[in-house]
Amino acid sequence: MRKVFNFHGGIHPPENKLQSVGTPIADAGIPPELIIPLSQHIGAPAEPVVAVGDVVLKGQMIAQPKGFVSVPLHAPTSGTITAIEERQIAHPSGHRAPCMVIASDGQDQWIAHSGCSDYSTLDKAQLLARIRDAGIAGMGGAGFPAAVKLSVREGVKIDTLILNGTECEPYITADDVLMRERAQQIVAGAKILRQLIDPVETLIGVEDNKPEGLAALRQAAQGSDIEIVEFPTKYPSGGEKQLIEILTGKQVPSGGLPSDVGVICQNVGSAVAIYDAVVNGRPLISRVTTVTGAGVSQPQNFDVLIGTPMSYLLDKAGYQADKNRRLIMGGPMMGFTVPSAEVPIVKTTNCVLAPTEKELPTPPPAQACIRCGMCAEVCPASLLPQQMFWFAQGKEFEKLEAHNLFDCIECGACSWVCPSTIPLVQYYRASKAEIVQLRKDNEKSEQSRVRFEARQERLAREDAEKEAKRAARKKAAEERAQQSAAAGGDEDPIQAAIERAKAKKAAQQAGASTENELEKLEKAVVTTRKRLATASGKLQQAKAEGSDLVAALQTGVDKTQAKLEAAEKALHDYQQVNEAAPEHAAPTDAADAAIAKAMAARAAESALSDEEKARANLEKLQQRLEKSITKLAQSRENGDEEKIIVALESTVERLSDKVAQAQQQLQTTEGA
Amino acid sequence: MTEFITQYPLLTAVIALVAMGAVFGAVLGFAAERFKTEGNPIVDQINDILPQTQCGQCGHPGCRPYAEAIANGEDINKCPPGGEAGIQALADLLDVEVIPLDEEHGEESVTTVAYIREDECIGCTKCLQACPVDAILGAAKQMHTILVSECTGCDLCVEPCPVDCIDMIPAEEEGLKNWHWQLPDPVSLEVDIIATDASREEAA
Repeated sequence: MRKVFNFHGGIHPPENKLQSVGTPIADAGIPPELIIPLSQHIGAPAEPVVAVGDVVLKGQMIAQPKGFVSVPLHAPTSGTITAIEERQIAHPSGHRAPCMVIASDGQDQWIAHSGCSDYSTLDKAQLLARIRDAGIAGMGGAGFPAAVKLSVREGVKIDTLILNGTECEPYITADDVLMRERAQQIVAGAKILRQLIDPVETLIGVEDNKPEGLAALRQAAQGSDIEIVEFPTKYPSGGEKQLIEILTGKQVPSGGLPSDVGVICQNVGSAVAIYDAVVNGRPLISRVTTVTGAGVSQPQNFDVLIGTPMSYLLDKAGYQADKNRRLIMGGPMMGFTVPSAEVPIVKTTNCVLAPTEKELPTPPPAQACIRCGMCAEVCPASLLPQQMFWFAQGKEFEKLEAHNLFDCIECGACSWVCPSTIPLVQYYRASKAEIVQLRKDNEKSEQSRVRFEARQERLAREDAEKEAKRAARKKAAEERAQQSAAAGGDEDPIQAAIERAKAKKAAQQAGASTENELEKLEKAVVTTRKRLATASGKLQQAKAEGSDLVAALQTGVDKTQAKLEAAEKALHDYQQVNEAAPEHAAPTDAADAAIAKAMAARAAESALSDEEKARANLEKLQQRLEKSITKLAQSRENGDEEKIIVALESTVERLSDKVAQAQQQLQTTEGA
Repeated sequence: MTEFITQYPLLTAVIALVAMGAVFGAVLGFAAERFKTEGNPIVDQINDILPQTQCGQCGHPGCRPYAEAIANGEDINKCPPGGEAGIQALADLLDVEVIPLDEEHGEESVTTVAYIREDECIGCTKCLQACPVDAILGAAKQMHTILVSECTGCDLCVEPCPVDCIDMIPAEEEGLKNWHWQLPDPVSLEVDIIATDASREEAA
């Protein structure tokens, strides 16, 4: 006889299990419509792989896992996908969630599937793949993907494999009848699991209130080294960490996993599902669910297809709606009230409880905590529930964490014993959610801080780079100026620039004179014509659209028109001149004209008197002086380089000297 | 030595005290140099509490400048994204009175995230320059989009948009995914279900 250990706390609520174990597991049959939620497990929701209107066969995969922690879904019977939409599901929030709806055709036709009767030929990866593909999620209630749980990390040695047949929650007998009727399959499933994780010992833990189940298991396990361990009934022995402590005496560390102490736990229901998946090739499409409570006339266990509406199942058990006030999914301790009877049975539904008001009265209003300490006595996780209650009320999250709130398994033992009927578990659930949210927010704000600082740094760096470039340019310019000053005496950059401009102009003029005058004129006419065409096109468009640019475009067109006329006239004149004097050679023409012009100018100048000359000279100089002064003012305003300003200042000085000279000259000529 | 001490007890005491003072002073001086803290540690602590939305609603260009301002004595109630919880945390840290949020700087609201209506975006990059956390992806004359995971919901990008194609939408939609248990109604704790309690109160 193996030594069994005890865990701290625990309670002994009325078991109420006898009502539903009187009859064998009944087949619930095929409902006309099945509703399969995409998220029946912990992890990412599955992703549909069939479309509305598709005909599916029993066992066909209808949704694939999305990510590692996820499971696929399979059609529980043959039929047609009628919808993929939001439906009411069994969830304490009462929210709707995406579901696939199948209208069953009653044929219950299987898709081709094959198992492997000799699973010892399969290696670990193949076994895991089969378990994953069968869509098995923990069937004890939490719904953690079995394949993920069984994927033991490298270097972790599992000493003990535990199958959990405890079923400590009152009313529920699904695992009990499973052990009675399918003990062989449970043991076979245990053997598959043993091959998969290779433990030192394999245990099946069962409470002593299930003698028939125990006997069946012992018989099935005869001749194997699988040990059936019986231990005293106490709630919540079925909690994973509690069961590990009972069977091995080891405590899972706070925040740790069972594998940290070398243990892996699986529900007996999951073991049967694994057996079915590996040996028969059948995915998880049905489960054993207890329908019980005084609200049904024939409480019993059903083998029910996943997705069956709760109302359909309740009718099979003789549901009396008038007797029942609320429907509970799960047991009276950890279950929750469902929003309506139309919600579907899912992979984790081990019980549908329809109690009468007398059986499970509505909790009376909570009263003040009297610090009796009973909650701390019964807490299976050895926490201080009343202390955490105060912290939860005051939202002192740091203290809650310091009191190991996250070790709370939400078993409800504290609420059950509370003489003030305080809904303690709800305080812990809400606080856990808030803390998780807070952690997320903190993470996000930390990320934002890093990004903000990175951006600031980047901006500063860019500014510095720009500044460096500017400095380099300035330095280069100064160096150039110095070099040219050293090379060309007192020649300053402005003078050089003026010279360059002059040279450019001269070159242009030279080019223009060598170019054929006629061609140039023709070209001008053509381009102007083109411009006029586009401008008038634009004007038409603007007029059609009623744009407010019409006026501007109109003046543009007019101007272009005028230019075109001028160009045409010039061309015409040129042609006439050429026709009139065809003997005149083009190259000598320009030179002659320039000579003539110069001679004419000289003649005009000589015609002027000295006084007039001086006056004209003075006027010219004054104009130049004015221009220079305005330029200087502009440069000063723009904050140009000092050099330019100095240069302009000297120009102004020079010009004013010249103006003075010219005035003097004018006076002398006038005097003469 | 002993003779000297017995002969000049006062002088000995003075010498001893001066010597000790010199030694301790040297040790303290060395420690002050050796274990010098860079920057102001209180600013970092304040900055950790601020929500890092970098929204500028407090009137400072980012959370860190506001943290510096708080360290220099500015009011702690100018951060709407931090809300009452943030003020509470700051008050705890700085040991000052909790004061209500200054309405001038905005109201505490749900976390939002920017959303660019991409059909209308003209690719002007104005929002890119406004974003304090580089959460907008795009280039000149290319459509821009928000990196939702990086957006702090500061709404600084809304104002510069010349075509008003940026919306602020709630960051988390209502639904099963974001649902969590709420604390039980505290009112139920005040219900008197014991008859004698009620009568005693009346008597008193």
